[in-house]
Amino acid sequence: MHPIFKLVVQRVALSLFLLLAASVMIFIGTQILPGDVAQSVLGQSATPETLANLRKELGLYDPPVTRYFNWLFAALQGDLGTALTNGRDIGESLGKRLNNTLFLAFWAAIVAVPLAIFLGLVAVRYQNRWPDKLISGVTLTSISIPEFLIGYVVMYFVAVRLGWFSSVAMINDSMTFGMKLNAIALPVFVLTLVVLAHMMRMTRAAILNVMQSAYIETAELKGLSMFTIIRKHAFPNAIAPIVNVVMINLAYLVVGVVVVEVVFVYPGMGQYLVDHVAKRDVPVVQAGGLIFAAVYIGRNLVADLVSILSNPRLRHPK
Amino acid sequence: MKVPLSAIVGLFFTGIYFFIAIFAPWIAPYGLTESVGDVWEPMSREHWLGTDNIGRDLLSRMIYGGRTTIWIATAATVLSFTLGSILGFFAAVIGGWADQTISRFVDLIMSMPSLIFALVVLSVMPVTMFVLILLMGLLDSTRVFRLSRAVALDVNVMDYVEAAKLRGEGRAWIIFREILPNALSPLVAEMGLRFIFMVLFVSTLSFLGLGVQPPVADWGGIARENGQGIVYAVPAALMPAIAIATLAISVNLVADWVLNRTTSLKGGRG
Repeated sequence: MHPIFKLVVQRVALSLFLLLAASVMIFIGTQILPGDVAQSVLGQSATPETLANLRKELGLYDPPVTRYFNWLFAALQGDLGTALTNGRDIGESLGKRLNNTLFLAFWAAIVAVPLAIFLGLVAVRYQNRWPDKLISGVTLTSISIPEFLIGYVVMYFVAVRLGWFSSVAMINDSMTFGMKLNAIALPVFVLTLVVLAHMMRMTRAAILNVMQSAYIETAELKGLSMFTIIRKHAFPNAIAPIVNVVMINLAYLVVGVVVVEVVFVYPGMGQYLVDHVAKRDVPVVQAGGLIFAAVYIGRNLVADLVSILSNPRLRHPK
Repeated sequence: MKVPLSAIVGLFFTGIYFFIAIFAPWIAPYGLTESVGDVWEPMSREHWLGTDNIGRDLLSRMIYGGRTTIWIATAATVLSFTLGSILGFFAAVIGGWADQTISRFVDLIMSMPSLIFALVVLSVMPVTMFVLILLMGLLDSTRVFRLSRAVALDVNVMDYVEAAKLRGEGRAWIIFREILPNALSPLVAEMGLRFIFMVLFVSTLSFLGLGVQPPVADWGGIARENGQGIVYAVPAALMPAIAIATLAISVNLVADWVLNRTTSLKGGRG
């Protein structure tokens, strides 16, 4: 068997295990409270009868291990349960919102990834001169402000002062594709800023790392121009680390999207999750947390697979 | 020793923020919950930053808010550093199954975004300052653990550690008298970055309504309360942005300086 195949299988198996472990942690995380879910849903004023009913409905009288496996198997079959607060099916509500969130994250990635790589290259080309310093300064500032505040700053100046876009990003099915894009322009812009900063800094570091190798010095001594060196010698060798950086940074989108959705009142997963955390709707939080964890772990898996497959030393072992 | 200008600026502003945080009640012109004017009054001589969504003095809210935010962030950083570095050193020195167990557990926790994990836990825990500090400190100690373990592994193979082991010193001595002093500088630089991360984390949680609860003020909460004002062109919600950004950049400048100083001491690698 080809050794790379073995590596890939190992990595996939590890991800599945991590996902399983994450589901255990999410489950335990919602069980460690003093008191129980029924009490915190109904509040202090609940009568003993309603408490007992809710506990029975939630299966709180079963031992925790049984409850965990019931929940897990149901989730595997696509049944995420019903929300405590409005009694609606969680899978149905989540599905639509997950679509909206992926739509938002997809466009943010489309804008941010090429831009980050381009800016990273520019920063390396003009290293320690003003374009590099300007880019570093701007990215340092945008890393230092939380996503929601970048959201407010952008909303204040672009939507309110300039009046260019709407300050809330409501989308629904009756809107055309163009209208949807127009509605999500500001959240995409904010997400791009957030991801761009991290991604660009890491791209710059990855290319600089390659630039310090011996073959680059040789190319320099041959008298090649700086841009030819970057294009023909540095970039092909930097692809694997850059792809890795890109994939890792898309993980910032997972967290960024939660906050940005709340800022712009966008009907996505993140807002749904946050709303139900505040309402202490445990089944929804478990389902939402599980999906976010799955997306995050899946993305890490893809990053690792790409770096395994793009490494010639692993593809052609001696 | 020559201290670069950027580090002096960083130290100066970091110092001011901590000074304001400590002496907030004496500095703030008005009380924390005192209603002193109309809703969202513009900046004036009585109210330097104007008033907030229910007519409280925004400057006073910002000063008290900074106190809460900085206090929580500091406490969580101290917790994450104490726990993370002791476990990291412990894992590096003992090695074997202890190292494996702790490291795999840390991998597991880091396989989920910390915000999502925090949301899951906060959906059932009562949201108090104590729970927030504990949760943030524990989640972040995983990152400190990785760094201190890596640094300690490097130090652990040095001759002087070897000598101490041959002398028959106990593990506590090795960890606290041999490794800790030599691993301190990269950890101190990292502490700055973790502190900023904590400030951002607690602000984000408060903004989502799951952090510091009103009427106590904190920077994330102030942004949340005044978020509606943005639509009416009231910039009150932008004040926390300025405060957080200047604090974060100042701490970053200091951390950069500490890191550069230690790398030049060791001749290259930190």
